[in-house]
Amino acid sequence: MKRLALALSLVALATLPLWVGNSYYVNIGSQILLYAIFALGLNVLVGYAGLVSLGHAGLFGIAAYAGALAINHGANHFVAIIAALAATIAAAAVFAVLALRGTGLGFVMITVAIGQIVWGVAYRWISITNGDNGVAITTRPRPFGLSLTDAPNFYWATLIVFLLAVTVIAIFSASPFGASLRGTRDQPRRMTALGYHIWLIRFLAFLFSGLWTGVAGMLFLYYNQFISPQAVALGASAEVLLMVISGGTGTLLGPIVGAALVVIMKNVASAYIERWNFVLGAIFVAIVIFMPEGIVPGLARLARWCLAKLRPQVTEVSGAAAPRPESGL
Amino acid sequence: MTLWLILAGNSIAFGGLLFLLSAGFSLIFGLMRIPNLTHGSLFMLGAYFGVSLISRGLGFWPAAILAGLGVAAFGALVERLLLRRLPGAELAQVLVTLGLSFMIADVCLLGWGGDPISIATPPELRGASRIAGLAFPTYRLGVIVIAVVFAAALWGLLEKTRLGAMIRAGVDDPAIARVVGIRVSRLFTIVFSLGAGLAGFAGVIGGPILSVYPGLDQDMLPLALVVVILGGSGSLVGSFIGSLIVGFLYNFGQAMFPELAYVVLFLPMLVILVVRPQGLFGRVAP
Repeated sequence: MKRLALALSLVALATLPLWVGNSYYVNIGSQILLYAIFALGLNVLVGYAGLVSLGHAGLFGIAAYAGALAINHGANHFVAIIAALAATIAAAAVFAVLALRGTGLGFVMITVAIGQIVWGVAYRWISITNGDNGVAITTRPRPFGLSLTDAPNFYWATLIVFLLAVTVIAIFSASPFGASLRGTRDQPRRMTALGYHIWLIRFLAFLFSGLWTGVAGMLFLYYNQFISPQAVALGASAEVLLMVISGGTGTLLGPIVGAALVVIMKNVASAYIERWNFVLGAIFVAIVIFMPEGIVPGLARLARWCLAKLRPQVTEVSGAAAPRPESGL
Repeated sequence: MTLWLILAGNSIAFGGLLFLLSAGFSLIFGLMRIPNLTHGSLFMLGAYFGVSLISRGLGFWPAAILAGLGVAAFGALVERLLLRRLPGAELAQVLVTLGLSFMIADVCLLGWGGDPISIATPPELRGASRIAGLAFPTYRLGVIVIAVVFAAALWGLLEKTRLGAMIRAGVDDPAIARVVGIRVSRLFTIVFSLGAGLAGFAGVIGGPILSVYPGLDQDMLPLALVVVILGGSGSLVGSFIGSLIVGFLYNFGQAMFPELAYVVLFLPMLVILVVRPQGLFGRVAP
């Protein structure tokens, strides 16, 4: 059943531009996928390592700015992408060394502060970053000669990167390293006693998280062909954290659902009301107070409960659990 | 030379303003163990309250005090209605304060518009005073005096009163404080409300210097964070010294490296984090 659902959702994802038609909606699909990569990357820290970062938009922005500056200095896209990812991982290493001085709230505070530095530099260092006006690029890459300028092609390219990210992160979380990372979250003392180097495990997890954040940042740059300090601000960090928390931390599906939810809400809400930030804040507060575990674990619990109720009568209805992965669209 | 002296004076005045903002932040952090991410928003909210009160014909000082009281009441409500629902879940509390800060920012934008609003300097402190042959804005001297008065009052409250002793006990060891019969949860409300009120008051006091604009919250919050990381949480002396340091870094950074002012501001904080994570005057690591 699970495989069928997975296969169905894959087919649905891959054919989305064909049955959606309108490029506006295809673009929303691309946005969801790129933010899902971002949220999955942050979830490595928030969910698996139990370290809540509120400065990840800084890393996201470093990737996008590095990529944009490299392209505008005449680098080709391949070089620019490599340079952007290298810069992001280097920045993630610096972030990690500083932020891992604290755990829990200390970690949160330090990441806020570092994120604000990046924002401050993006906003103020006008000779490099063009300040509030941001940096624009004129081209998208042409992998194997395929143009990514139209919406469906860009969507498919993003989808490929997204599937790669999901696969790698799934392998990561199932690996012994992933298990030891969860160990440092739940039982740091016991892990130390067992001889694990907790700091190193967290540091490497931070780099891994930074890598996917950088990938998402590059996709964001190519999607908008523009980067400005707004994408680096605390609000952006909070938004992606909301995706992770609302979907459900420590799950693979949660951040994807959360990303879909936030991106759709943002687009729908901004079509009807101006006050997106208010809605964002209100959802944040409501989810933290009423559904602290997030939507995916919450729905999973609900589905299990329904199944247990229904099982004596009809076994067919167990398909009722199937809509879960579909909501990832 | 005169330029540097005036810059130094401005730094001290700005440090005084920061102290009003960050003393509450530091106490809340020390007692409740949460970095209150609405603190910048409370500062901005207080400033907007002040704008409205002054435009209704109230004097500057009554407006500042009323705005402070209004924000204090708001803070008490937030603590009782929202944070109280999440006992012991510090992370959830932080996220609630973050969500709230977005809501406050949007409400302010809706209520007071997107244009910067300046608050007029109170008439008795207009003009410049001469100190040792230097002309210096009187209002900034006034801010320094206010900050010193508040620092003394807060010190008296914390060190000389029963409530202060209870708060200190709560900061040092909440569990034992509960065991000896101190109602720590009530202290939470009091301290959160006090901190909010101070921030709101500071917002009006800062008005003639900074003016009020959307984004003021995001500008002030990191400064409060830096002050507390530098000075150490829950320490009044720490936030006083930290505020002065940040005041100097901010003003001199702006004047000397305008493009890298933020880096100048945050680098010492990073150094402190690496060398002395609990802050200059902090007792426990955050």
